[in-house]
This record gives sequence, C-alpha cells and structure tokens, in this order.
Amino acid sequence: MNTLLFYDFSGLALLAIGLHGLIRSSHPLRKILAANLMTSGVFLIMISGARGTGQTMIDPVPHAMVLTGIVVSVSTTAVALVLVCLVQETTNRALLWQKRKREKWGRTDG
Amino acid sequence: MMDAMGIFDMVLALALPWLGWRLLASPDLFRAMVLFISLGLLMALTWVRLQAPDVALAEAAIGAGLTGALFLSALRRLERLSEAERRLAFAGKREEEDEIPPERHRRAKPVAYGLALLLLAVFVLLLAWSLAQTPAGGGLGPAVGEQLGQSGVRSEVTAVLLNFRGYDTLLEVMVLFLAALGVWSLTRVRLPLQDEEPGPVLATLVRLLAPLMIMVAGYLVWIGGSRAGGAFQGGAVLAAAGVLLLLANVTVVRQIPAALLRWGLALGPLLFLLTAVVCVAAGGNLLEYPPQRAGAWILLIESASAVSIGVTLAALYAGGRPPEPPAQDRGGEQGPGRDADADAGGRQ
Amino acid sequence: MGLLHNLGTVCILLGIPFFISGTIGLLRFPDIYTRLHALTKADNVGLGFVVLGLSLQADGWHTVARLLLIWLLVLIASSASCHLVARAALRKKIEPWSRP
Repeated sequence: MNTLLFYDFSGLALLAIGLHGLIRSSHPLRKILAANLMTSGVFLIMISGARGTGQTMIDPVPHAMVLTGIVVSVSTTAVALVLVCLVQETTNRALLWQKRKREKWGRTDG
Repeated sequence: MMDAMGIFDMVLALALPWLGWRLLASPDLFRAMVLFISLGLLMALTWVRLQAPDVALAEAAIGAGLTGALFLSALRRLERLSEAERRLAFAGKREEEDEIPPERHRRAKPVAYGLALLLLAVFVLLLAWSLAQTPAGGGLGPAVGEQLGQSGVRSEVTAVLLNFRGYDTLLEVMVLFLAALGVWSLTRVRLPLQDEEPGPVLATLVRLLAPLMIMVAGYLVWIGGSRAGGAFQGGAVLAAAGVLLLLANVTVVRQIPAALLRWGLALGPLLFLLTAVVCVAAGGNLLEYPPQRAGAWILLIESASAVSIGVTLAALYAGGRPPEPPAQDRGGEQGPGRDADADAGGRQ
Repeated sequence: MGLLHNLGTVCILLGIPFFISGTIGLLRFPDIYTRLHALTKADNVGLGFVVLGLSLQADGWHTVARLLLIWLLVLIASSASCHLVARAALRKKIEPWSRP
C-alpha cells in the first residue's frame, strides 16, 4: 500500500473543505481562513506528487514552487486582513458582533 | 502489514482534514485561529515526512507562525474597534435597525446549497481523476540533478529557486513588494500594537532572542546554498524578530526612519531586477548568471532578498505605513510615562 | 558506537512518558493555570531526555551543540510564553481553579 496516496487524499480533502468553507461561511475572517486551507491542500498535493513512486530522485521544482506559494499566500492573506479591518472601519459596522462566551482558554470578551 | 511510519503517515493524513474541518466549524474565531496555527505545525511535520525540509522550515515560520500572528492581530484589531462600536451604539448615536449581526449563517436555499455541494463534489472528483492520471516518475528531478553542477549551489531547491527558475522568485519577491505597497497605501499603523505594557519577561525575552534570531537568519541564508534553508526561511526568521520587537514596543523600532524602511523594502526587488537587467544586457537570458560566479550572485541576491522579505513581512504584520514622525502626532495619545518606560526597555 | 546508540534510544524512550503525561494533563486538568503547569513542566523534561538521547546518537559535536541550543531555546520560549499566557489570563480576571 502506497502511503503517499494518504497525503494525496488528505490534500484533496483539505481543498474541498476549504472550498466548502469559502462558499458556506459568511464572516470574512473565516473566508480567509478557508482560502488558506485551500492553499494548504494544493501544496500537499503538489509535494506529495513530487516524491514520485519508486524512484529515489525527488523533484525539487514543486518544492520551489510551494515555497514561493507559501510566501505569496501570506502576502495575500495580509492584504485581505487589512481590507477586512478597513471594511469595519469605513462602514462603521461591527464585524464581530456576538459577545464571546467565556472560553476555557481564558478568552473573555468585554 | 504496515510499518510504524505507515501508521504515522495515515494518522497525520487523517488529522489534517479533520483539523481543517474543526477549525471552519468552530463558532469561535479565536479558537479557529489557534486550530489554524496547529494545523500549520502539523503541515510542517507532513513536509518533513514528505522529504521537503525547505518547505517544512518555511511552513513552520511563515505558514504557522506569521500567518497565525497576522490572523490574531487582525482579530484583535476588529475586537478593539467593535468595542468602541458597541459603546457608540449603546450611547444611541446610531440607528438601531442599521445593525446587522454579520456572523449569522447565510440562509442559503436548500436547492442552491445542494447544487453548490454537487458542483464541489464534481470538482473534487475531477481533481482526483486528474491526479490519478498524472504519470508517476521523478519528474524534473533527474534534469535538475544533471545541471546542478552549473548552478553555483549544491542545494537543489535553491538552484531551482534562484537559478533555473529565477524568474519565478523574481516575480514572487515583486508580489511581496506589491502586498507591502498595498497595505501601506491603505492604512497607517498605530503604535504601540498592544494596549498593555509589555512586562519585564517579554522585554528580556526580546532582548535575548532578537540578536540570536538575526544570527539564525544569516545562518539559514548561508546554509541555503548546500542544504535546507535560504532567503525565505531566513527572511521569515528576521520577520519574526521584527514582530517580537513590535510586540515588545521597543523604542528602537519606532525610531527607524521611514526612508530606511522603504529602502529595506525595496532592496531585494531592486537588486534582483538589476541583476536580471544586467544579465540580459550582457547578452544572456534573463537571470543567466556567469557560470563561475553564479554562487556569489545567488548569495548576494539571497541576502538582499532575505532582508527585504524580513522587513516586508514585519511591515505586513504591523499592518500599515509607518506612523507620523513623533513631533507631530505622538505627544497627544501617549502619556509620558509609557514613553519613558519604553525608552528604558529599549535602551541597551 | 553501538552502546552509545542504544543508550540514546533508551533516553528517547524515557522522554516519551513525560510528553504523554503532559498531554494528558493538558486534556484533563480543570483550568488554564494547571494546564500550563502540566505542559511546561512535563514537556521540558521530556524534551531534555529526547535531546540527550539524540546527542548520544549524534555524529559530531556540531550536531550536539545545535541540539543543546534548540533545547535551551525551547526552555526559554516555553517558560516565557507560559508566563505571558498566565499573565494575560490573570488580567482577564480568570479565577484559578480550586477544589469545589
């Protein structure tokens, strides 16, 4: 049994979950999280394909592309987050509405 | 019969989508972000299992660390604004019916939702099918191995990144630069980022770790020539040092002149672009270094890029262009006590 | 070589129970302060054993030095972050758990 297939399917599942979350969730922060999940899934599929089967040679080109992709995804995430903050500031409409319940982790809000 | 590593692989491969599902399903955004960070760490572990140590380093530093920090700071910023907002609404300055609780779930019609799910399933099946069709094999591995001698570095990934497919990296450095430009043109950062005073422990930690992190960044760039590491990883560690300095509200960071920051942002892209132009002007292809000097060129570009990546990512974390010079705007909103305190912390 | 290698393996195996107990503590303890206690105390010792075992198996003092540096950094980072988390929790006025 080829263990690499696990990671292929895992990446596929992450991609699907991310896409589902992107469509389903309404909060912008959650949408950005979902998009990040999608990129993780794509990276997983690429790297998992790069190891190949049977051969000892690793394909370094997808590795380099994924490295590039990680940096690109963090920069898009940063811009998107700033835009979300600006949406709240300019529309004067709170994006975090509900008071959060007291969490075990110690986050209380207000 | 599956060996122990096979079982480990299976558990890891199952844990990733499960964590992804949990984080999107969690009603609390803070919890979702913490889960996202742990997902990033598990991803780093996965890269190690898939023999991609370069990617693992970058994922741990950028994917888990910096992205998580970005998310948390954005959440905090939204919260802080929401607090003010709520007080405003309470004071009756806003129309009550104007307020829409945005975190409600969009009530999609079952038909539309089912259609979307169906499309999603078809898409995933198509992807799986095309994955199954991909021919197995070493891909470009042997080709890279053959040409590695001419690249000037001994690490395959670095050779691909900065020599064979240097234009990818050039464009990617430009994307980062653009992101920083975008963020800077949108807002102005408000220092300090934290409301609370950084305690003595944080201050000491930063003082202890920041020089060490800069050293590690240099080491990562240097080792990138032969092993896992390189400009991205080094730059990410630099950025982490910057984030720590920002969080601890060290005076040195606030006193960096904006011009220096701009040059820091532009150093890597400029040098990279200049190299590309020079290479073309010398009669070669884009980013075709002279073969005997390739190693030196790559190290130079990587060092400059690492500095720029570090500055850019830290600037993205700060989330805006530098504040006004102190003489004009700072006196009002910050008490003298805080400034004096921070000075004492930063002067070393 | 063989003896050192085996000794290293024993050390790594010795470290595992500390990680397990730390994880169980994280999952089972009642509030944030006790959880922090379980995490940092147990994991630091466990990591110490693992680093010791890996150093015994390492093939040069470079690797040993790097491993020790990693251990030291994790100690510093975990104690500092433990302090910061606990401080933040105290500021949010979360009561420490006491036996009801």
